[in-house]
Amino acid sequence: MPRPSDVIVVGAGIVGAACAYALSRAGFVVTVIEAKAAASGTSGQGEGNILVSDRGPGAELVLAQYSLTRWDRIEQELAEYLPTGFPELEYELKGGVVVATTEAGAESLLAFAGTQRPAGVTAIELDHDGALALEPHLNPEVTAAVHYPQDAQVQPVIATEALLAAARTLGAATIFGEQVVGALRGPGPTITGVRTDRDEYPASQVIIACGPWSAQVAETLGSWLPVRPRRGVLLVTTRMPHKIFHKVYDADYVGAVVSDDHGLQTSSVIESTAAGTVLVGSSRRQSGFDQSLDLHAVREIARKAITIFPFLADASVMRVYGGLRPFMPDHLPVIGPDPLVSGLWHATGHEGAGISLSLGTGDLITSLITGSTSPVDPRPYAPARLPRPDTVEVPA
Amino acid sequence: MRQTVVVIGGGPAGLAAADAALDRGAAVVLLESAPRLGGQFWRHPTDRSATDTSLQHNWNAFVAMADRVGSDPSATVITSAQAWAIDHDHGQGDAAFGVQAAVGSADGPSREMITVRGHALIIATGAHDRTLPFPGWDLPGVVTGGAAQAMAKAEGIAVGQRVVVAGAGPFLLPVAASLAAVGARVIGVLEASSRRQVVSGWLPQSPWLAAKAPELAGYATYLARHRIPYRTGLAVTRAHGNDSVRGITVSRIDSDWRPVPGTAEYLDVDAVCVSHGFTPRLELAIAAGCALGADRFVAVDAAQRTSVPNVFCAGEPTGIGGSDVALAEGRIAGHVAAGGAITDTQLRPAVRRRRLLRRLTGAIRDAHRIGPGWTSWLTDDTVICRCEETSYGALRSTLIATRTTGLRPAKLTTRAGLGPCQGRICGRTVEELMTDLASTDGGADQRSDGVIIDRRPIASPVRFSELTAQARVVGTHEQMDTQEEDR
Repeated sequence: MPRPSDVIVVGAGIVGAACAYALSRAGFVVTVIEAKAAASGTSGQGEGNILVSDRGPGAELVLAQYSLTRWDRIEQELAEYLPTGFPELEYELKGGVVVATTEAGAESLLAFAGTQRPAGVTAIELDHDGALALEPHLNPEVTAAVHYPQDAQVQPVIATEALLAAARTLGAATIFGEQVVGALRGPGPTITGVRTDRDEYPASQVIIACGPWSAQVAETLGSWLPVRPRRGVLLVTTRMPHKIFHKVYDADYVGAVVSDDHGLQTSSVIESTAAGTVLVGSSRRQSGFDQSLDLHAVREIARKAITIFPFLADASVMRVYGGLRPFMPDHLPVIGPDPLVSGLWHATGHEGAGISLSLGTGDLITSLITGSTSPVDPRPYAPARLPRPDTVEVPA
Repeated sequence: MRQTVVVIGGGPAGLAAADAALDRGAAVVLLESAPRLGGQFWRHPTDRSATDTSLQHNWNAFVAMADRVGSDPSATVITSAQAWAIDHDHGQGDAAFGVQAAVGSADGPSREMITVRGHALIIATGAHDRTLPFPGWDLPGVVTGGAAQAMAKAEGIAVGQRVVVAGAGPFLLPVAASLAAVGARVIGVLEASSRRQVVSGWLPQSPWLAAKAPELAGYATYLARHRIPYRTGLAVTRAHGNDSVRGITVSRIDSDWRPVPGTAEYLDVDAVCVSHGFTPRLELAIAAGCALGADRFVAVDAAQRTSVPNVFCAGEPTGIGGSDVALAEGRIAGHVAAGGAITDTQLRPAVRRRRLLRRLTGAIRDAHRIGPGWTSWLTDDTVICRCEETSYGALRSTLIATRTTGLRPAKLTTRAGLGPCQGRICGRTVEELMTDLASTDGGADQRSDGVIIDRRPIASPVRFSELTAQARVVGTHEQMDTQEEDR
């Protein structure tokens, strides 16, 4: 039987990796168990957004703001633990520019920015000329824009691998290609480890960080979580001369993020990468775990992208990513102890903000497990807030 | 109602499929990515007087099929058509699939976007030749056998004056013959497999040899007439030169393809054609939802049906077998897709031929299988991914540092396979290097994300303006017919 762990983290996406790193740094013996490979789910299929711009005041913004302070230092912090030859995280505090192309859009965009400022978000109002000064290739029909200099970007796969590698340096074990199939149980409703398809792993605590797959894993481990997949598609262009300097998105994006609509919603999120490609998103649709190519979404994304940056009409898409975001009905991540099973923890439900919120999530869950002061008020994220359906039985 | 059969690919498999479907009374839409039919295999001379089609195996069969498909009123042939995606249109209740294609010169300013629908789809996308990297392989003058042959067949141009053809497999022979035919001095055909491996793979296959005798005799005569030596157990382990290749190092290799120390010889060349077998073009089959077998080819039944209803696959994507197998498989797929049965009398020759050839070409393929020791001829500065310029040293140190176990994270941390060719050239190499590293440097013990390089939902680049253009619908738009009873 493998060594007993203080904490098992199920899932090696960015959230699982951040939890493993934070816990290892706090001195815990950690084992990460992943069914596939690092960042093989949601974390590897997004842009690597680290945003404060897309949230109004509230608990998620608070966690985003705390996480941003952690992202700012993370590269330096990890350097101590990473082996030589490790690729750079491509972290860049490039700032976001949110663009409205209609008068009505301009009005609601500026009003939204007005609510964010008292909460500590830097939101600089730009007129037509100001917007074009920051992004000269924007559609000249832009009516208003807001510059969010705190928005950042990271290469999410490298970031995930880096957090895992640092955790390993600090003593963590990482197990790939093993699927968790059940819980090891103590007396009463207590989890004492997990069973995989190959082995048994005893542990004092188990954290589920499986993104949209967390509902299934929670069920396997005797609990319940109302997280659902919300699909997204991202287009990648061939390399081109650098013409986009910030994260640029249309004012509809915020509406799409906070919407509960099950149907297809698209809004532009456009940015250049360090490699010279342009990433163009985004779409949201609740359609289960179906991952086949959603051409309708691809066409809609392309149409909207041309409205923001007309020069993209001649750009070529060479690759599309499809991914599933972990969607929570109340739009807040689930971070904290499971109300049914003692020793079981959740760290998921970040929807499209998992990269951004991962570092804060790792610190928060570490503080809850050690009983030390939390970096942010943990209550809004507590799993206990969720109304439990009658059908879930407390394991005896 | 009349069946509409959509065929992707106008090479041997696709043409035979179209021909057989027309024979069975179906309407056919045939998409070919090149400006003319023939695929990779049959190449039209740009100037008929300049080249000789006698070296093109089965040229007459091609001409007959191309003429028939091209002139049959039930057939719609669309050339210069890049099929870039396949969608399933679950909600629409029409035909089960829509092949999205862009028609026109890939670099041209305006391509027409079409959606092709039908009752059945036959995927006959062929293969491209694979070249293992070696130091200097990115120099001008180092080309794949396929590229050299295409130039020779279509343009009548030789890639160089003093040329070596190297790699593995029977394909090296026609490449050498094509080069000699257009005036190159081929100073040797270097086969990586040992004489023993080649002999034991080929000799027991007397029925195959008998079937292939005229073709092989043609190449042998050509090679002999042009005094081209065929040598075995040798590999090009380095290309030398600054602006272009000036010479190559050739090394004797053991049965695992590991260079034997002290055997290196230098050859003066101005071009080298290197091919180590073929990689099937799988992206459209994967996009259509077809299951692959453990051998990474599209899984098909005796009637060339894939795991997806009404979707068939023929030729190289179901197993590298060459044009004769492709012709037989295409004929079967076309006939059954058009509502025929595998037991129909007219299919008997094709069924028999496929059974025989598949078994025999399998043995030949095994005799030329890539040996794992080839990685030992790489140096740290050998480029692995030519699009992103990822070197072997960089790839290796990143994979060791991250210890990643997934192909996706490997690509996104090393950038190998992320460029314009989307891993068509380096993808399988990167996969093998991950496995190789695991065994030598304590890297990942396996690839655990189940991701393979061949998955490319967008099969060829498409512009934003093209994505937003209204696509013209080609083929049937009617309800699916109940032709299933016939099968």
